[in-house]
Amino acid sequence: MTAAYDGVLSRYEPVIGLETHVELGTASKMFCGCSTTFGAEPNTQTCPVCLGLPGALPVANEMAIESTIRIGLALHCDIAPWCRFARKNYFYPDMPKNFQTSQYDEPLCTEGYLDVAVRGETIRVGIERVHLEEDTGKNTHVGTSGRIHGAEYSLVDYNRAGIPLVEIVTKPVPGTGDLAPEVAKAYVTELRDILRTLGVSDVRMEQGSLRCDVNTSLNRPGEAWGTRTETKNVNSLRSVERAVRSEILRQASLLDAGERIVQETRHFSETSGDTRPGRSKEEATDYRYFPEPDLAPIAPDRAWVEQLHMRQPELPADRRVRMRDALGVSAADMVQLTNAGVVDLVGETVRLGAPIGEARNWWLGYLAQQANERGVEASELGIEASHVARLIALVADGSLSVALARQVVDGVLETGSDVDTVVAERGLKRVSDSGALETAADEAIAANPDIAAKVRGGKLPAVGALVGAVMKATRGQADAAAVKDILLQRLGR
Amino acid sequence: MNELTRLSAAEVAGKIADGDVSALEVAQAHLDRIAAVDAQVHAFLHVDTDGALDVAKSVDAKRSAGDQLGPLAGVPLAMKDVVVTRGLPTTAGSRILEGWRPPYDATITRRAKDAGLVMLGKTNMDEFAMGSSTENSAYGPTHNPWDLARIPGGSSGGSSAAVAAFEAPLGIGTDTGGSIRQPAAVTGIVGFKPTYGAVSRYGLIAFSSSLDQAGPFGRTVLDAALLYDVLHGHDPADSTSIPVVRFDTAAAAREGGAADLRGVRVGVVRELGGEGYQPGVLSSFESAVTTLKGLGAEVVEVSCPHFDYALAAYYLIAPSECSSNLARFDAVRYGLRVGDDGTNSLEDVMSLTREAGFGAEVKRRIMIGTYALSSGYYDAYYGQAQKVRTLIVRDFEAAFEQADVLVSPTSPFVAFGIGERVDDPMAMYVNDLCTLPASLAGTPAISVPSGLSDGLPVGLQIMAPTLADDRCFRVGAAFEAAVPALVPPELP
Amino acid sequence: MRRASVDSALVGGATEPSGRIGRADVAHLARLARLAVTDEELDLFAGQLDVILSAVARVGEVAVADIPPTTHAVPLLNVLRSDKVVPSLPRDAVLAGAPSVENHKFRVPRILSADE
Repeated sequence: MTAAYDGVLSRYEPVIGLETHVELGTASKMFCGCSTTFGAEPNTQTCPVCLGLPGALPVANEMAIESTIRIGLALHCDIAPWCRFARKNYFYPDMPKNFQTSQYDEPLCTEGYLDVAVRGETIRVGIERVHLEEDTGKNTHVGTSGRIHGAEYSLVDYNRAGIPLVEIVTKPVPGTGDLAPEVAKAYVTELRDILRTLGVSDVRMEQGSLRCDVNTSLNRPGEAWGTRTETKNVNSLRSVERAVRSEILRQASLLDAGERIVQETRHFSETSGDTRPGRSKEEATDYRYFPEPDLAPIAPDRAWVEQLHMRQPELPADRRVRMRDALGVSAADMVQLTNAGVVDLVGETVRLGAPIGEARNWWLGYLAQQANERGVEASELGIEASHVARLIALVADGSLSVALARQVVDGVLETGSDVDTVVAERGLKRVSDSGALETAADEAIAANPDIAAKVRGGKLPAVGALVGAVMKATRGQADAAAVKDILLQRLGR
Repeated sequence: MNELTRLSAAEVAGKIADGDVSALEVAQAHLDRIAAVDAQVHAFLHVDTDGALDVAKSVDAKRSAGDQLGPLAGVPLAMKDVVVTRGLPTTAGSRILEGWRPPYDATITRRAKDAGLVMLGKTNMDEFAMGSSTENSAYGPTHNPWDLARIPGGSSGGSSAAVAAFEAPLGIGTDTGGSIRQPAAVTGIVGFKPTYGAVSRYGLIAFSSSLDQAGPFGRTVLDAALLYDVLHGHDPADSTSIPVVRFDTAAAAREGGAADLRGVRVGVVRELGGEGYQPGVLSSFESAVTTLKGLGAEVVEVSCPHFDYALAAYYLIAPSECSSNLARFDAVRYGLRVGDDGTNSLEDVMSLTREAGFGAEVKRRIMIGTYALSSGYYDAYYGQAQKVRTLIVRDFEAAFEQADVLVSPTSPFVAFGIGERVDDPMAMYVNDLCTLPASLAGTPAISVPSGLSDGLPVGLQIMAPTLADDRCFRVGAAFEAAVPALVPPELP
Repeated sequence: MRRASVDSALVGGATEPSGRIGRADVAHLARLARLAVTDEELDLFAGQLDVILSAVARVGEVAVADIPPTTHAVPLLNVLRSDKVVPSLPRDAVLAGAPSVENHKFRVPRILSADE
């Protein structure tokens, strides 16, 4: 696959674009006072407005407007001095009014950018627009398959209908070559970190509060951009990268065969890792946008925007520069820490007394591996910077070997207890009593006379087997280096 | 007929406040009148006998307890069925909402309740307020008390007929292009369309959001003013509600009752008259202008050239907004569902339901609006209409530099025969010719009876600048004081 | 017919058909608007919509260069509510008017459209 991918990228240049939907974390909905709490009983967070009952009227949520402006500011956008909501008219049963209150040609924020770093390169992703709209309800399809195809009927829950939704649309990003999938992922990652830092959303992709559509096209070098497809249903960071990669491969194989790319909506499948065509619509949709007559225009005055600007928290990019200086790590290390989502965790671990090198190694090494195996972010593992700092201290003073420390991590992850409790409960103290180690060494030599003879005879690497035997006998609680010294000493080497 | 039903709202309120009559007696008298005549008039779609009597009793109880009562406490009210009323059927004259009982009250419903008004029931209307005759109701037409073979105007024809037929002293209507003023004119009563944004639209089933306004009907200008003072005021639930608006239109109406218009400049709009208007309407208007002069007003002629395009602009803007507003009637959350036989898809069920649930005029307007908003046509139709609207606003501004109020006939025609125009949409649309400019500009306008033409009522429209609502009542009351009151013949 | 001539005088121009709208256009509009119009209605509406659209097309006669559109007669700005939760409707009331309900959700027939 990698070879095929590299080959494709020698013949075609990809252009990507991303549309990201973010559910804002406001307490109440966009146009009414219903709660936005996730997971409530169906249709318990609804009212005449968000059910689209006859006669009901919307009033815009000030916090949602503020959050959108703050997102725009963080993405270096121009904030429109005057803008409006518009109605996007189409029929769908999860949309109570059969129009979505959105923004059309007058978005709140325009013309921004976001810089992302991939493999040491900084790539500037242009932001076309940031606008505010309302979310839809949720359909459950009932029938044999549980999907829309072949469903016998559907059930609609409007709790989500009307939750404020911000749409962030990039400009097309050309020229990233084989980095395109990683750029896409890095963009969404950076965007997510910004949104989290701003505190405007809980940005949980698995709960759908951050959703991503990925546009991909291919063109031969020097030719005009190709026809793009829009891939929906991309619901994890990893999927963003996979979706772009698989779409590049799919389009390339069509183009290689002399076929044309059809402009269409496709769906990404988490299980197969490829994209499938959505159902084609019977006719091109005409949304018949017009300015929403039930809402007044929004005209953020300069003082308001300036005040929001002053209140912005330190954004991830600025924090990275500061942390890099504070931690004294290289730019490359910083990119690694960022992409793993552990900058703050490393910073905190260092603040609690750990050397930066150790902190970095733990968070990018064993802990990253554990997170990866569990399919979560390092920050969601359930182990805290204080645990890691304590662990590093115990290794440094010789109380734990690295191998033991990893077992302690496993214990913390399993039980949620702190480091010292796990060490005590599991008896994971390092054996440093030299008398006990000497006894164990003698037993190992006695039990393995052939190997002992080899070592005596000068084949020093063979001592590893004896070290292993001693470690096993001490249940891994000995310091391997010390054991080796004792063994060699006793074997006269 | 019980004489209580002949009294004005102001008189009824006075008698209740003085203890001369109980609110319960007043309510019962009107319910009896409805029972006696509404089979012929068909003003009501739903009569809430129990609810009305309960409210009347509670008003009487409060009065006995010495509580402070509002100026209209205990006065019966006819509510247009486009206004949402909690627990009471609300159909907007459409089959698609048959049986729906809303779980909430419109802001004006709540205001009327808080004021102690006794809501007798919900009145007939053109479906979703689209029409000028009340013939577009899914539940059959309403008949004009002046001549039962004729229309009572529309779309608020149920409320206008109820007030004209002494079934209620007060009514609430909504006016998008003339739906309060034209029915008031052709039934010989007073109807007022407020400045857009002065009355909350929360809970009015939307037809055209940028034009819809609710307002009062009464048999006198003072009655309409008293009800308007209850209805208007800022509502945070309506984003288009104007903050901090309080008029004392009852005071303005009482002041106007002195019948002195010296110092008032009255502008006659050249474009609202002439060819195509019925001669009896024009002669009534001419004598009305003479009357205004006689009251001391200075009469000038003004020209508003873009009023000629008001009808075209209106019949693009209103259908466009309605095509979107009525999309919510989709057989999912409330109302009618047709064709759900286990084989049809949701898309089919939606289309079958809307086909069966909407009448012909509603379908026409939805399709015109769908057309006008389509990409490729938007600029030429909807966009262009909104710019013409700006020019109409400017015409008003220029005219109001020369005059304090503008006057015209309310409608080019008196009440026409039921069935006469139903097959010709354009013939129906021209009923709104004189009322459309004020709707498009959002300015207030009142219709006051000006006399009879061949035994049928004619109305005088008095238009004022934005937020000069009280001026309509002052001039209207002065005019009313100078012309004979119109009393319909006894119903057979 | 007297009335027709009166009315065309009122709208300031012809109310004759122009051929703007035919059966196919009505069918397209009806589909967009989710109206299962009948065959007879296609003919009826094609004629009527054509007359109406010819009349309203008069807006095009007005010179509007540099004229801004009016969307609201009384313009307001920044009408906002603070982010406070207010009680929702009781669920019984939410579902009371629904044609079909299952497991406290609105039940609808199978959906054909593309969006998922």
